[in-house]
Amino acid sequence: MIPVSYFFGLSIVLFVLGIIAFFIKRDLITMFMAIEVMLNAANLAFIALAKAAGSPAGQVIVFFIITVAAAEAAVGLAIILLVFRQKKSIKAEDMRLLKG
Amino acid sequence: MFWLIPLIPGASAFILAVFGKWLPKKYVSWQACLSVFASFGISLVSFFGLLKVPPGSLPVIKTLFSWIQSGSFNADLSLQLDPLSSIMTLVVTGVGFLIHVYSVGYMAHDKGYKRYFTYLNLFTFAMLILVMGANLVLMFVGWEGVGLCSYLLIGFWFEKHSAANAGKKAFIVNRIGDAAFILGIFFIFLIVGSGDFRAITGALEGGAVTQGMATLIALLLFAGATGKSAQIPLYVWLPDAMEGPTPVSALIHAATMVTAGVYMVSRMNLLFTLSGVAGQVVGIVGALTAIFAATMALTQNDIKRVLAYSTISQIGYMFIGCGVGAYAAGMFHLFTHAFFKSLLFLAAGSVMHALSGELDMRKMGGLRKYLPLTYPTFLVGAIAIAGVPFLSGFFSKDAILTHAYAQGQYFIWALGLMGAVLTAFYMFRLVFLTFFGQERLDPHAKEHLHESPRVMTVPLVVLAFFSIVAGYVGLPVVLGKKANLFSRFLDPVIHPGHEAHLNISAEWLLILISVAVALCGIYIAYVFYLKSPRTPHRIVARFPMLYKLLYNKYYVDEIYNAAIVRPLVNGSQTVYDNFDLKVIDGTIDGAAAATGFAGKVLSLFQSGLIKDYGLVLLLGVVVFLGYLLF
Amino acid sequence: MGIFLFSLLAILCVGGVLGLILSRNQAHSALFLVLAFASLGGLFGLLDAPFIAAVQIIIYAGAIMVLFIFVIMMINLEQGIAPERKRWTLGLSAVLAVFLLIELGLAVRGTLGALGRTGGESIGDPKELGRLLFTDYLYPFEITSVLIIAALVGAIVLVKKKEKE
Repeated sequence: MIPVSYFFGLSIVLFVLGIIAFFIKRDLITMFMAIEVMLNAANLAFIALAKAAGSPAGQVIVFFIITVAAAEAAVGLAIILLVFRQKKSIKAEDMRLLKG
Repeated sequence: MFWLIPLIPGASAFILAVFGKWLPKKYVSWQACLSVFASFGISLVSFFGLLKVPPGSLPVIKTLFSWIQSGSFNADLSLQLDPLSSIMTLVVTGVGFLIHVYSVGYMAHDKGYKRYFTYLNLFTFAMLILVMGANLVLMFVGWEGVGLCSYLLIGFWFEKHSAANAGKKAFIVNRIGDAAFILGIFFIFLIVGSGDFRAITGALEGGAVTQGMATLIALLLFAGATGKSAQIPLYVWLPDAMEGPTPVSALIHAATMVTAGVYMVSRMNLLFTLSGVAGQVVGIVGALTAIFAATMALTQNDIKRVLAYSTISQIGYMFIGCGVGAYAAGMFHLFTHAFFKSLLFLAAGSVMHALSGELDMRKMGGLRKYLPLTYPTFLVGAIAIAGVPFLSGFFSKDAILTHAYAQGQYFIWALGLMGAVLTAFYMFRLVFLTFFGQERLDPHAKEHLHESPRVMTVPLVVLAFFSIVAGYVGLPVVLGKKANLFSRFLDPVIHPGHEAHLNISAEWLLILISVAVALCGIYIAYVFYLKSPRTPHRIVARFPMLYKLLYNKYYVDEIYNAAIVRPLVNGSQTVYDNFDLKVIDGTIDGAAAATGFAGKVLSLFQSGLIKDYGLVLLLGVVVFLGYLLF
Repeated sequence: MGIFLFSLLAILCVGGVLGLILSRNQAHSALFLVLAFASLGGLFGLLDAPFIAAVQIIIYAGAIMVLFIFVIMMINLEQGIAPERKRWTLGLSAVLAVFLLIELGLAVRGTLGALGRTGGESIGDPKELGRLLFTDYLYPFEITSVLIIAALVGAIVLVKKKEKE
């Protein structure tokens, strides 16, 4: 029997790796992937908690997260594609229309 | 029903103001005139109704609704009718109606026709509120309304710079008086606790007001009256008010506005009588104004300006009457003056109309044969104002002077008498220069010379008729104690001070002196301007300084300008330059600059880069989680 | 056996994410991520969640990542993009990431003790999960379907090329 805390440790490591990936990468697509990594780290924590608490509720939530993530990925990628069409670039630092 | 008197012209003004744009011109004339006529009809009915009311139940009051209720400060919107109000409503609506009719012809080709009648109706409305208001607050509303309308009408041709300025001057000079007037009202509220005329009368009769206080209040109120009724020192607006259309001058001078002061003093007569000193001041100011304005009228060449100074002078007579305690005589002069002064103005307007707007008497002369209706009516007005026996002006002016003499105010009486000579002189100077002698017409103006249309001449004839007969309601006391119907009618309102009576022979003597004085003035005018027209030039050559002084109206306008207007303008400019521009604008500009600077600094944090935002988010998460943990 | 499987999957998962970070080619990054997600699916299986494990592999590792790869193909960058060079951003984010790691670790250690370890065997039963979805979680489930429709329409509207007028 593997202790639940191991899964938690892995979840935390994955989450922090996601953050680091987000800050290291410069193209929007890979940064988006980094966000997906963070989402999955959270999913892992939920599943582990469901196991620890002996309740399927955590699994149901993960099911919803995956569904919403799919929708989010579709819209997000559509936006990235649109940005690329207009700017001919997917570098994050080229997108600074909101500069004050 | 009498409460409809002010409301009909008011409603008419409202309709014209709101819907005038879509109403046909003809309808506007009919509505404006008929509303005032309806008002006049009701005034007449109310007047006869009032004769049957026993004096004990006066005044008749109609409270429409409670208007202001604020702690101890209460005022109802209530109208009252008593003999004084009744006479005023008759004058305002009666003369006002004729002026409305006359205006239909006079203003026929003006592009502001509808606006003009809106203002005219509003003017009538405000004046009726003034004379019918049952408390000082409502009276003040009318008082200010009249001031506003005078501004609108004097500056009616506001494209003309001088007209706009004249309107402004009238408004501002009136404001000075009104400030004192409202202070007086406040004092009354302070002492009596109410602005209601009955309550004031009760308080005055009950001895609740000390003599000193009464003097203070009376003088403040009178200061307001000097503004509205164009007395020294605030008369300066009236001559300039000639910039307005001539019927407006007639309305201001005869029926509304300037009579407000006399009405107010008569209304508060108990206060002035109680004070004593204030009454004396009123009399002296009136007498000085009467003669001062009369001398200024001597040298004017503008036909309307002569009439304007004559109005100031005549109002002075009314104040003499009030000042010596003969309020009924003052009101009587107001009553007769309304007819002959509006007649003179309307006739002068008819002359102007005939001469395509010419105002300068030096370019007139010999108009007698061209204006077969205007000439006799104008002559009637001139005779009436000059004080020739058997016309209205004689009776009223004589009543005032007799009372002044009877009260022992010989100084005032003497001034009044001198004024009477001057009045007769300058009025006939006007008549002779305009209608007699050789023609000095502009050839261009002569081509268009024509008598005015019927709509203008009929009111002239009606007014001429009243100028002759109006005096017979107030026959002198020598013809019997009951001869003066006017004075007896006013008795319930006028609270007599001590009445001094002369014996019959002295009265007759005074009447004879008045007559002699009037005829003397006319004769001098005849000598000067018809018999030997060179005389005036010789006199001018003899006393050039005096002539210049009079011609420039004692330089009063210039003195006021230098002493009051200029320092005020300069001071305001200094304040504007230093305080408004530097302190206030500086503060606001500074606030704007500070905001802009803060925005600039804060916008450095808004780089537009996702990663920077992400970094801040991460920082927030770390800090918040740390806070939760430790 | 369990601990061995866990270690293997954990190493694959972390390795996948590290590969994503280190690779300059986006397509390679995406493939590394597929690896990481697939091994994550395996870890779900270890936690008595077979249904979620299947969903993870089919939807995440399958559908979503295919979508990513499609987009990468459409954008078709010839050169990879070098990692971030802005020193202070990187440095600060690294420091903050380490802080977060420590904090999360502390938080988890504090929380775990409070939880019982009474893991029932049947919590991941697909039948049980399905029953829950259509009873207790019916409203969120239905609302999610609306959300997906909206995302679908939105994505199409966004990407569709405007017809030339």
